[in-house]
Amino acid sequence: MSESAGRLGLTPSQTVGPFLSIGLDWADGPDVVPAGTPGEIRIGGVLYDGAGEPVTDGLIETWQADPDGHFDHPEDPRGAAASSLPGFRGFGRAATDGEGRWEIRTVKPGALPGEAPHIDVSVFARGLLDRVVTRIYFPDEAANVTDPLLAEVPADRAATLVARPDGPGRLRFDIRLQGDGETVFLAV
Amino acid sequence: MTLPHPVAGYRPAPDGAHPPLDFPEYRSTGLRAPAQAPIVVRHRLTEVTGPLLAGERLGPSDHDLTTQHAGEPLGQRIVVFGRVLDSDGRAVPDTLVEIWQANAAGRYAHARDNWPAPLDPNFTGGGRVVTDATGNYSFTTIKPGAYPWGNHHNAWRPAHIHFSLFGRAFTQRLVTQMYFPDDPLFAQDPIFNSVPDPKARQRMVAAFDLEATRPEWALAFRFDIVLRGREQTPFEEPHE
Ligand SMILES: [Fe+3]
Repeated sequence: MSESAGRLGLTPSQTVGPFLSIGLDWADGPDVVPAGTPGEIRIGGVLYDGAGEPVTDGLIETWQADPDGHFDHPEDPRGAAASSLPGFRGFGRAATDGEGRWEIRTVKPGALPGEAPHIDVSVFARGLLDRVVTRIYFPDEAANVTDPLLAEVPADRAATLVARPDGPGRLRFDIRLQGDGETVFLAV
Repeated sequence: MTLPHPVAGYRPAPDGAHPPLDFPEYRSTGLRAPAQAPIVVRHRLTEVTGPLLAGERLGPSDHDLTTQHAGEPLGQRIVVFGRVLDSDGRAVPDTLVEIWQANAAGRYAHARDNWPAPLDPNFTGGGRVVTDATGNYSFTTIKPGAYPWGNHHNAWRPAHIHFSLFGRAFTQRLVTQMYFPDDPLFAQDPIFNSVPDPKARQRMVAAFDLEATRPEWALAFRFDIVLRGREQTPFEEPHE
């Protein structure tokens, strides 16, 4: 794709480096919904590098629709409006801890027109010169079979995009940056 | 099922504008860059929307990193300002800009930064602002120092400020670093040089701006930031 005349050049991406918590750590970062929200679930896992070691200086960000499949954003076909779910932010941010673990508190998003329920994910870390992007899908979700994005993923790797049940109110979603079981990443 | 809503996506970045993930000169990419090519996906609703986090996250001293403690930090006081635009030149208003940086001696106020430069009790190095209706932002801070790192023999990071931007959509999310003009450390820095296009690399270098300097108070550097622009044509999902 060529750049047409008069178009401004993009500012390049750079790594967040190892000290991102100085600028990006929010006390309420993991709270896509406030504690005590009906239907609350915890989604989390471990971020691994290509040697299978936990990445202890990473940052996971999530973005999703509310349970009605709505975004509080002008691009939503129903228009920008606060979610009917009080305190719903849609955005989550969790730094990985000393064991590479991250976790957000959220609710299952509603289905979107033509798509299965999902959460978009950005991964930032030292050693990542640009973010990598993936998606969390939900287990036991009939709509996964007809989801247009999942249909483009090689069948033997699609399971890396589907969270696993991990006890009551919990889902596990490990992210493997490289190597065996490498998570499917998306160019958006 | 509801029919898909036609969505205009965001234009992909031109070749060379962003660094490759696999860049061996920057050693930490070795075990972290994915080995498999990413799946190229069309932009749908989740990608063309994004968190519109405006003023609710701002504290009173977030825009002025020199006023976050009882005393003034050491170092050269500077104003860093500019405009956030998309590649069609449209302002990106009301978007959260977060920064973090080392102190004047090149040391981060972070438990894992242990190189022997002094910490400054009056400097943490984290800041936040929101762009105004025309995309402008401004911080007051001090000029960060260069610092050594273990990447290669005698490796030094050029002075830089880390920047994080949301834009108006998930696809516009950007984390970058702002550098200072004429830094002699550019030539040996693999992070700066990971950007393939030399012209794109220069877009990470702020410009000294004498006009914006505050007399007898602070030097000024302009750093405009350009996020992805929009495709013209909405994408219609095939359906039967
Ligand atoms: Fe740095």
